[in-house]
Amino acid sequence: MAATTSLSRPRFDNVTRAVHWANAALFLFLVFTGLVLSFGPLSTAVGRRTLVKDLHVWSGLALPVPLLLGVVGRWGAVLRADLGRLNRWSVSDRRWLRRVFRLRRRRHQPSGKFHPGQKLNAAFVGGSIPVMLLTGSIMRWYEPFPLSWRTGATFVHDWLATALLFVIAGHIVKALVTPGALAPMLRSESHTP
Amino acid sequence: MEPSTPEEAEVVLADERDVAVGRRVILGMFGLGIGGVLVGAKVSRGVSKALAPITAADRTGLSDFLPAGGGFRIYTVTGTLPAKSEGAYRLEVSGLVERPMTLTFADLKAMPATSMTKDFQCVTGWRVEDVKWVGVRLWDLLDRAGVKPAAKAVRFTCFDGAYSESLTLEQARRDDVIVAYGMQGGGISKAHGGPVRLYVAPMYGYKSAKWLSGIELTDRVVEGYWERRGYDVDAWIGKSNGRDDEPV
Repeated sequence: MAATTSLSRPRFDNVTRAVHWANAALFLFLVFTGLVLSFGPLSTAVGRRTLVKDLHVWSGLALPVPLLLGVVGRWGAVLRADLGRLNRWSVSDRRWLRRVFRLRRRRHQPSGKFHPGQKLNAAFVGGSIPVMLLTGSIMRWYEPFPLSWRTGATFVHDWLATALLFVIAGHIVKALVTPGALAPMLRSESHTP
Repeated sequence: MEPSTPEEAEVVLADERDVAVGRRVILGMFGLGIGGVLVGAKVSRGVSKALAPITAADRTGLSDFLPAGGGFRIYTVTGTLPAKSEGAYRLEVSGLVERPMTLTFADLKAMPATSMTKDFQCVTGWRVEDVKWVGVRLWDLLDRAGVKPAAKAVRFTCFDGAYSESLTLEQARRDDVIVAYGMQGGGISKAHGGPVRLYVAPMYGYKSAKWLSGIELTDRVVEGYWERRGYDVDAWIGKSNGRDDEPV
């Protein structure tokens, strides 16, 4: 009985799933409004530039809120523990990363709750939030900043957004093609690979 | 922070050879982000230059997705794209002129046309190569209105109700400064500032005011919209705004 209970412990708790999907909704909305602002054919098709810009700015400011709300307080214990796991890279994880950088065939012994690729995705997407907030704020409230900073902020914001577009697309594809990966994020389920 | 639940304790008790790579990635990205803001203006020029041959050869249109890729970016300073049909369009020439006048779209089309194929360079870094422009030389227009000797500069206003630009009289005399009504073989779309916009070839894009509705001769240069916000008044491509793009 005890073994069954432990196996059926859900991979993600309600708080983690709520934070994940709030984050996902905000990211997808930001990607869409960002493309409308910067991708010519879409800009002209949608128009309403000021409205789109305001929506982009406000959803951008809201981006860190779900994560911050999720980790504070007692209800965030499970999410905090997962963030701790995502942060820590085992010897095997780091070997995997080195092989990726050397473009060698990747071998990995599953050694914990998360695959190093998931850890890398989490760190990159998480790390992009403060950078996008900072550069986006310089672009939006540009008056006090020198011209070169504005250009620099635009440069960083645009390229990081482009990288995020591919990383998020990759994350979605991986979630869809890996058996059992998506289900525990959709409902209270254990991981069944 | 002390672990407050068994879940957290389990993570803390993980292998001592583990390394907090996640935190390093996040801090590293933040450092790179700040560095990018400080030196990105320079890097961005290098990247655009390096990508130029690739985007020029690209027939798939995929490079449009790259930040430094080809294509115009549409900027407006007001809420919506202002719209005016060719029929409703009026261009007012006023200020220090002998014959103030209001021109219709048809009046402009009836004047001697001039065309040129030249690049459009934005001060934020993007450049669209070989754009076909058609219009009336600004100087032909000013000649028709008769510039008074007291006039020293030209001020441009736009029917978006907010944008303005300026040129010295000497700059306005150049052959490559036109009041454009055609672009890439067709009319000028709403997004590109149609039906009529200014095209100041040798200067950064913000001088080429879109949705042009007023030309006023003044006794001094009146700073335009972006120039009141820190951009150079004499916006020569490659010699202003701290940039070194290739001149047009």
